[in-house]
Amino acid sequence: MTRSPLSDRDLLRKSIEYRRDTLRAIVEAGAGHTGGSLSCIDILNVLYNRVLRITPENWSSAVRDRYVQSKGHSVEALYVVLADQGFYPRDQINTLCQYRSPYIGHPTRKVPGIEMNTGALGHGLPICVGMALAAQRDGHDARVFTLLGDGELAEGSNWEAAMAAAHHRLDNLTAIVDHNTLQITGATRDVCSNEPLDAKFAAFGWHVRQVNGHDLAALKAAFTDPGPPGVPVCVIADTIKGRGVSFMEGVLKWHHGVPSADEHARAEGEFSAALAAWESSR
Amino acid sequence: MSAPAPPMHSPAARAMAERLGLTMGRANLEAYADTLLALAREDHRIMAVTSDSRGSGKLGPFGQALPTQIVEVGIAEQNLVGIAAGLAACGKKPFATSPACFVTARSLEQVKNDICYSDVPAVVVGISAGVSYGALGSTHHSLHDFAALRAIHNIAIVAPADNAETIAAVRLAAAAAHPVYLRFGKAAMHDLPPAIGGAPFAFGRARALREGTDAAILATGETVIHAVLASAALAEEGIRCRVVSMPTVRPLDGDAVLAAGRECGAVVVAEEHCVHGGLGEACATLLLTSRLSVPFTIAALPDADTVTGSQADIFRHYGLTMEGLAERVRGLLR
Ligand SMILES: [Mg+2]
Repeated sequence: MTRSPLSDRDLLRKSIEYRRDTLRAIVEAGAGHTGGSLSCIDILNVLYNRVLRITPENWSSAVRDRYVQSKGHSVEALYVVLADQGFYPRDQINTLCQYRSPYIGHPTRKVPGIEMNTGALGHGLPICVGMALAAQRDGHDARVFTLLGDGELAEGSNWEAAMAAAHHRLDNLTAIVDHNTLQITGATRDVCSNEPLDAKFAAFGWHVRQVNGHDLAALKAAFTDPGPPGVPVCVIADTIKGRGVSFMEGVLKWHHGVPSADEHARAEGEFSAALAAWESSR
Repeated sequence: MSAPAPPMHSPAARAMAERLGLTMGRANLEAYADTLLALAREDHRIMAVTSDSRGSGKLGPFGQALPTQIVEVGIAEQNLVGIAAGLAACGKKPFATSPACFVTARSLEQVKNDICYSDVPAVVVGISAGVSYGALGSTHHSLHDFAALRAIHNIAIVAPADNAETIAAVRLAAAAAHPVYLRFGKAAMHDLPPAIGGAPFAFGRARALREGTDAAILATGETVIHAVLASAALAEEGIRCRVVSMPTVRPLDGDAVLAAGRECGAVVVAEEHCVHGGLGEACATLLLTSRLSVPFTIAALPDADTVTGSQADIFRHYGLTMEGLAERVRGLLR
């Protein structure tokens, strides 16, 4: 199966559709991590449509790129993107969180296109260090990406892995922080501050880029521009939790809030308006 | 290199081992390291992953011979296991090697999620297990590992009793498609008598070492030698005690357990583990749910503050010796 290449303009539409479909899946299931899924949509869009060499066709290749979603709770967004990439029909996601559905509230390898079972925080980066080491030792050019929550960085295992990645010179590894500055209890800086994140990763020996996590061109540049040789890359993507739905943006209760029918209708209206604006921007 | 014979046995036990013609081998840990190196020379997917543990894991020669097949992560067991899972997901065969006390406790969540739940073919190697580090205190004892891992789906639990079982277990672990936990001590071990009937080593297969139906001792890991000696001591009193080595706590050889329960007058289970959650409780559950009633006890470490000293001292304290196990059998038959 070949897909026609997406223009940069088409990519903008994808983000709107992914947000709309993610929210529909969450409403259908009556559960989900709404805010964090919406904050990472643009990151996933750029990864899967511009950067990752991961397709249903190359899935069994040992030298494919790897993506591990360490912030596993934002799986609804990933399900929507993987369906769009052709890993399974879109309607499969309608079974989200239903009895015996593989489309559960965290990523599992039972779902096509998912690399590792995640959901407990602080696991993705160590796993990706192992994946990057495998590619490095085998001498092939696969790249390894993980998506971390900013609240997740309180888990000490991330910093064990950050040290090891620099020590082993894993320049094929990119850690993306969905820096939406909120976690379930409140603002990350109030819960247990991990700022300044850029200085922390730099001190651990990483090449750090901080970008607007909703600017598709900036994300693509950050993900594709190789850093210095032998140095792993950390992309701190400044994002807005609940991005794309006006009444959810930056509002804590949407961490795993499910919109009511009225709220969902409002959100659908905003997505329709965004798509109409995209259409008229031609 | 052969380690000095441990001061594990009483003079009587040592004399009994000599009468049985049992020779002293090396530490299972050394047999592990040599076997892994030999396998890794042939199969470059095999990797040793260490957390500042290559010395205690006897993996120095491995690192020198195959520098591209060893990964050092520093003193960071969570990272050790996560990295091993990532390597395994990308076609490698990692042996994550670290003291059992740490790798089955501090990194238990990584074992549970990254290896078992994701179902990648990684091998977790708990070295200096049980009370091998007896004098270092409970921080360094692993008397919980069978219990913790038995409650986690999808990992074989293997505690070899001697060098031959160790070599076979490492070979099977290297070929396994699913997660495996290997558990070794650091003291030199006696070579056990050959299995009755010459049954090959296999996961889920117990190995009968001595016949008998008056009683049975089902033992795993470094307690098996003491069960063999106890059976020989009991034979001198006319008590015929079966001894079964159970190298795989999971998969359990249920047939061997049920046969002991049906055919023998009493069953003792011996293990270098807390009395809770290990091989003993696995056997008890199987016997009870199979409606088999037999005099039964578990010779293990109690749910109490553990005494310290050498492994031999601690085994003596809790009766994991020829004399202690023989007395447990006599007690059940009285
Ligand atoms: Mg956050």
